[in-house]
Amino acid sequence: MWSNYIATSLFYGIAGVIVIFSILSVTLKNIFYSALSLIVALLGIAAIYIYLNAEFLALIQILIYIGAIMTLIIFGIMLTLKISDKTLQQHNKQQGLSFLVSGALAAILILIFIRFKTTEAVSLKAVSLADIGKELLTTYALPFEVISIILLAALIGAVVISSKDM
Amino acid sequence: MIPLHHYLILSALLFCIGLYGVFTRRSAIGILLSLEIMLNAANINFVAFSKFVTPDNPIGQIFVIFTIGVSAAAAVVGLAIIVAIYRNYKTIFVDEINIMKW
Repeated sequence: MWSNYIATSLFYGIAGVIVIFSILSVTLKNIFYSALSLIVALLGIAAIYIYLNAEFLALIQILIYIGAIMTLIIFGIMLTLKISDKTLQQHNKQQGLSFLVSGALAAILILIFIRFKTTEAVSLKAVSLADIGKELLTTYALPFEVISIILLAALIGAVVISSKDM
Repeated sequence: MIPLHHYLILSALLFCIGLYGVFTRRSAIGILLSLEIMLNAANINFVAFSKFVTPDNPIGQIFVIFTIGVSAAAAVVGLAIIVAIYRNYKTIFVDEINIMKW
């Protein structure tokens, strides 16, 4: 009973942390700080994956999103923007309208989801890493190869696009 | 345990926060950051549906692996384009880069 209560409140705590840090990451003036708060939000999403019994995805999230993509984005910020410049305007003049549109979309989606009463999870069995590996190399072997070709193409493309003579 | 629609509400909130960021950010890197939030909202939906609808089949998790791979490729190419634009125009604010706008 008590463990159930603690687990439930932990979920809402993590969800609150994710939402707060995502809001910070889209509204903060200093874009370096917003990248750092996005890292916290991504860590919270990794915790949600653990909550959903997807441990492998949580590790992937930490390794690829936080370890690779966010490092790359921070490098990009440092290579381009003057991050210490406080006077730089970081948001355009459409904030009120954008808030209205995205808030209306959020309200509509939440109203739909609240009406849609769902059952709780039937099975608590975690999908094992061996299952995922087996599926990736048998049923989904073709998409797996395609994704490696996409990554190779992105690698070469990034080197070509960002080289000096472009 | 948490019912499915709470995960969906969390993901809808994250998606709308990302949408707001894409609409309002001036710098291209800020737009890229907001796009990552939107992609993560979609990933939460995939994993939640995978747990609640097909608990014995990891298809949702496998799809999330592909999504993460594609978003990594997108971030890499996007940042390369941003660096190239910065080298040529000395700005990454998308309202100042308007050479392709009639």
